[in-house]
Amino acid sequence: MKHILSVLVENKPGVLARVAGLFSRRGFNIDSLAVGITENPDVSRMTITVDAEEHPIEQVTKQLHKLINVIKITDLDAEKTVARELALLKVKSDAKTRAEVMQLAKIFRAQILDVSRKTITIEITGTFEKIDALEQLLQPHGVVEIVRTGRIAIERGEK
Amino acid sequence: MKGSEAIIESLKAAGVEVVFGLPGGMVIPLYDALYDSDLKHFLVRHEQGAAHMADGYARATGRTGVCIATSGPGATNLVTGIANAYMDSTPMVAITGQARSDLIGTDAFQEADITGITEPIVKHSYLIKNPNDISRIFKEAFYIASTGRPGPVLIDIPADMQLAEIDYRPAGKIDLPGYKPTLKGHKKQIISAAKAIAAAEKPVFYAGGGMIIAGAEKELLAIAKLMKIPVTTTLMGLGCFPEDNDLSLGMLGMHGTGYANYAVTHSDLLIGVGARFDDRVTGKLETFARHAKKIHIDMDPAEISKNIAIDIPIVGDAKDVLAGILAELKAMKREPKKTAPWLDQVIAWKKKHPLHYKDEKGSIMPQFVIEEVNRITKSNAILCTDVGQHQMWSALFYTHTKPRHWISSGGLGTMGFGFPAAIGAKVGCPDKTVIDIAGDGSFQMNIQELATAVCYDIPVVVCILNNGFLGMVRQWQELFWSKRYSETAISCQPDFAAVAEAYGALGMTITKKKDVGDAIRTAIKSKRPAVLDFRVKPEENVFPMVPAGKSIDEMIGGHKT
Ligand SMILES: Cc1ncc(C[n+]2csc(CCOP(=O)(O)OP(=O)(O)O)c2C)c(N)n1
Ligand SMILES: [Mg+2]
Repeated sequence: MKHILSVLVENKPGVLARVAGLFSRRGFNIDSLAVGITENPDVSRMTITVDAEEHPIEQVTKQLHKLINVIKITDLDAEKTVARELALLKVKSDAKTRAEVMQLAKIFRAQILDVSRKTITIEITGTFEKIDALEQLLQPHGVVEIVRTGRIAIERGEK
Repeated sequence: MKGSEAIIESLKAAGVEVVFGLPGGMVIPLYDALYDSDLKHFLVRHEQGAAHMADGYARATGRTGVCIATSGPGATNLVTGIANAYMDSTPMVAITGQARSDLIGTDAFQEADITGITEPIVKHSYLIKNPNDISRIFKEAFYIASTGRPGPVLIDIPADMQLAEIDYRPAGKIDLPGYKPTLKGHKKQIISAAKAIAAAEKPVFYAGGGMIIAGAEKELLAIAKLMKIPVTTTLMGLGCFPEDNDLSLGMLGMHGTGYANYAVTHSDLLIGVGARFDDRVTGKLETFARHAKKIHIDMDPAEISKNIAIDIPIVGDAKDVLAGILAELKAMKREPKKTAPWLDQVIAWKKKHPLHYKDEKGSIMPQFVIEEVNRITKSNAILCTDVGQHQMWSALFYTHTKPRHWISSGGLGTMGFGFPAAIGAKVGCPDKTVIDIAGDGSFQMNIQELATAVCYDIPVVVCILNNGFLGMVRQWQELFWSKRYSETAISCQPDFAAVAEAYGALGMTITKKKDVGDAIRTAIKSKRPAVLDFRVKPEENVFPMVPAGKSIDEMIGGHKT
């Protein structure tokens, strides 16, 4: 099962290495990891997506809590969470296929960032699944490169 | 003030009196400041020794141990000692020199990324990048090392930070938003635990090293007596419950007593306190205490339900939680006789499966040496050990009655720990008799610290149970590998007594059973560092033993025949 952990950390040197190291030591693969500062510049948020069973995720969050610079961990409930990811896709496309690719992008509300003679670069924001879907559709044209940010997520509602 | 002087000030502010270490290029400024200070520094012969001394000092006194090493190889020599302290939750602050901050990352001379290397084996670490942070970082480091579940904290200090001129200000209030150990147990959980204890017919306490750290022995004894509950301890918990009390079951687990393992297996309530359900204790997890409801009291929430599902978890300081449970129990109406049949059963097991060994004519039995140490010191010594068979015999055949009188490497099982740890313990408790039970293999891993013991006149008595083998490994080979003694015979030994004498210590070789007691008495009386080389029976085994992966009631050996 996929978990999205939202981890508030003190913005101190070595924090990223400690957190990432802990996951690998306890046998977890991190699917994605996004880090950025929060409304408080001394505090950063890490959004970590991992694939894990219920029991080990509890153990790893407890171990994470023991890191001195970790302030708060929330295992986000998928139902009550909005998760987004941003991806940049460079797709092979020339004059013949350009219209079709742009049409696809439009359906997905993606932006065209750059067009060259042989490629189109698209920016898409959305759920993990939406980005996957667009990528699938573009595959037949030839995807030259994909850059994804990894998921970030926030809880719905007032909290 | 220089950064290096700020370090000394910070150490003093933390109440540090002694440090163990060895200088090098990247800590010369620190050692220069030390030169003028009244901190007592013990110069070791290998940095691993410094870390273990700090560890032994901490375990004996409850205070935070401090060790210092230079950058690069000095720092990496500390690694085993730091890992050892981490596994056994010893409060320790390790200070390392580092290459100049502008050279970090360039593979400078004697640069090693020690914060990176030690990342998985420290409670926390710091690399000082601004000399004005020194006082704050030291204050935090000592606070983190000694509170909650204690552990080692590393402070890596580039040489230029030590040299920098700063405006020293004592550290202000500690502000660690991510570090708030839970001390007080949850009231509702405490009540549930008390109810479960009152209702149990076959309860057993399973007490570990956390009991010693918390200093909760009085509370444990009070509950055990009040409710007539037998108590078994882990290797780390030895001394938290007096073994001369009828309710004591001694140690449990792989080399536990038969009666402790049977009692745990047949219990209907297991009360774990400051113990972590380690595989050396539980054996096969699926069958461990399989009939028992489980209470687990621990400072570290991550230990709860880590290996075994717990019915009543209580996070908090063992002393606080046990005091709470005791108060609840006292307030409750109880049927006093409820555990009587259980205690009868326990007594029957004790009678049927006592610890024993077969005396052999013409040999010194290793267990006998431990019994003699026990008798001569009246169970009053601080007993340190290395790792191996001699460690298990020390755990089993000595009567452990007091906390902080048993110092042994539990979690990491570090050969070479015992002797430097004993030196550290003696430094911390100069009025105590300190005995190190050593293996002939283990002792050679830090034998160089004889120089330290002699130089500073630290009279610890090393009793080598010299069996000519890496005995514990040999035992496994004998029992499970068809006696194929691959690389475990170490009969090519130095003359330990002569080595000791060469260092300036007292050395004795003992080959006859009748001389054992006298040798121990002479060594203790000499008030000198002493090494007693007991030539014990070479192929004696530690029994009972639970083979790896078996249930703890499936012991082999140790049954009286
Ligand atoms: C540093 C280290 N290396 C290897 C081991 C593996 N080991 C565990 S017990 C043991 C034998 C120890 O021999 P000795 O000190 O003579 O003790 P004995 O078992 O003979 O009493 C060994 C090699 C260890 N625990 N620590
Ligand atoms: Mg040996």
